[in-house]
Amino acid sequence: MNAIVKAPFAWLLKREYWESRRGFLWTQICTASVLVAISILGIIAFEAFRLRNNIQIGVGMHGNLSDLLSNGMQHNTAGIVPALDGLMLTFGVFAAIVLFFVIFFYLLGALYDDRRDRSILFWKSLPVSDTATVISKVIAAIIIAPLISVGVVLAGYVVLQIVASIWFIGHGLNPLTLLWAHAQPFSVWLHLLAMVPVNAVWALPTVGWLLVWSAAVRSKPFLWAVVIPIIAGVLNFWIGLLGLPHADEQFFWGNIVGRALLSVIPAGWIAPNMPYLSSHGVDFVGQDQLAAISYSSMAHAFTLPDMWIGAAVGIALIAAAIWFRRWRDEA
Amino acid sequence: MNVAAEAITARPATPPAAGSETIVHAQGLTKRYKNAVALDGANFEVGPGRIVGLIGPNGAGKTTALKAILGLTDFEGDLKVLGMDPRRERPQLMREVCFIADVATLPRWIRVQEAIDFVAGVHPRFDRAKCERFLARTKLTANQKVREMSKGMIVQLHLAIVMAIDARLLVLDEPTLGLDILYRKQFYQSLLEDYFDENKTILITTHQVEEVEHILTDLLFIRDGKIALSTTMEEMGARFAEVLVNADQIEAARALKPIDERAAVFGKSIFMYDSADPERLAKLGEVKRPSVSDLFVATMKGTYA
Repeated sequence: MNAIVKAPFAWLLKREYWESRRGFLWTQICTASVLVAISILGIIAFEAFRLRNNIQIGVGMHGNLSDLLSNGMQHNTAGIVPALDGLMLTFGVFAAIVLFFVIFFYLLGALYDDRRDRSILFWKSLPVSDTATVISKVIAAIIIAPLISVGVVLAGYVVLQIVASIWFIGHGLNPLTLLWAHAQPFSVWLHLLAMVPVNAVWALPTVGWLLVWSAAVRSKPFLWAVVIPIIAGVLNFWIGLLGLPHADEQFFWGNIVGRALLSVIPAGWIAPNMPYLSSHGVDFVGQDQLAAISYSSMAHAFTLPDMWIGAAVGIALIAAAIWFRRWRDEA
Repeated sequence: MNVAAEAITARPATPPAAGSETIVHAQGLTKRYKNAVALDGANFEVGPGRIVGLIGPNGAGKTTALKAILGLTDFEGDLKVLGMDPRRERPQLMREVCFIADVATLPRWIRVQEAIDFVAGVHPRFDRAKCERFLARTKLTANQKVREMSKGMIVQLHLAIVMAIDARLLVLDEPTLGLDILYRKQFYQSLLEDYFDENKTILITTHQVEEVEHILTDLLFIRDGKIALSTTMEEMGARFAEVLVNADQIEAARALKPIDERAAVFGKSIFMYDSADPERLAKLGEVKRPSVSDLFVATMKGTYA
């Protein structure tokens, strides 16, 4: 263990974490905190509403709310599990949205910011190869940041369940049987965790595309990285208008522009995976809301040509970024 | 006066002492940018245990030469640093070479503690205890971020890190630019007292020649991408002389082919000579060893003309 921690590469990853702690960790904690806070506000509003309206009137012969909640839940535990799953998924979806923005801008700055403030001269004065440096930034973007976000999702969910438990106890309900006995939400979380490597491979083309511009341009990497694919898409459309041979519109926007810019969206591989899921009778509207991120769906994503062609292009782009990092000469 | 400068160029570089290993060996070092030639077949040697000043006007190729030595840029010609090719063997080379490229290149987000931890993690020749001893003399604290430091404090941190690395070659590119005089003095003082020894070599570029003059052991003047003068300080003292000449002796002084002439007070003139006979100079007036900056000015005359 000590040997691993002491290895230089682990220090490169730590370095990335130190520099991007705010994006990787704190924005995720803020997002989860906001979700927990909204839930607490909801509980308080509910209680205030109940007290003001002396809710027992509405409950009729069954007595107070506790009985209602308790009876309802005990008779309908089948309903509570999807609700808790949904809660975990909500945390996951918000974390994923935040993660997309964090990774996107992290990558754009990863090989650019230190050139702009000239601290690259400090990093380059140390015995670390440019290949190791660039790869540490790739790993930070597609493994470290997602793992942190998944960790925060779990923490947020647990905090909210603790809050809910206190609320339940206040009403004389047993949170152990009602909330904590259900292992299902934690299995949903394991799916989120298992998706990290799938998302990582899927993200490679965008990772490579953004790193190339980050390493190569003298200024404004965002403009170069974003405007070029969009102009290419518009040109392709325009050539089509002229009746000249051009790439299929949907293919070009989806597989070229989209993969270059949006592959870092977590679970982006679900879209090309849809035909497989549909052919297996998955009904997204009904009970199978989790089917898209089932283990078999993830496994099938690795059989998509989209996955591997994208990964190959991504690795080639990362190699180009390493070359720029090594030889780009700021005169 | 350009003729004089050419005459200086013709002297061969000092060969390194017998049996000692060359630290930097450059032969025909050339670097072309799209519109300009930064280095034009520069030849020089740097031996071990030397403090070498690489001195030249802006645009003469100083920084390009350092970049080539550090493997930060591609080049033509033959260049070996500690026997390695800086283009192909950069990561290995950087275990034995350190550099400070002007002030304030430390990342602004990093904390003192993080910087030390990181360098200790990736640099096999870094001595953490030594670094912490150096830092204890400063006002820096472990949790302080670089963005909260003054320029002088940033240099203190950088210097503490670099001096704790047991490197064989330290390259300094305008290390004291923008520092106030207290920090500048302290910078070179620390280098001499706590760092430099016969196993280490320091290569400095700077505009502030007066500041490093007394610590240099060797001089390399660079002009238009070529080495205009390569000498040790002892040789320089033996070879170059300055004479303060009275008005009535001026013609006699000119007859001895000075490499530079400039006016002084009371109608006197100062003449600079390369390898002139000391006895004949003594008859002209008071002889002294020229300062590096006067020699530099004499060598570079016409550069901006």
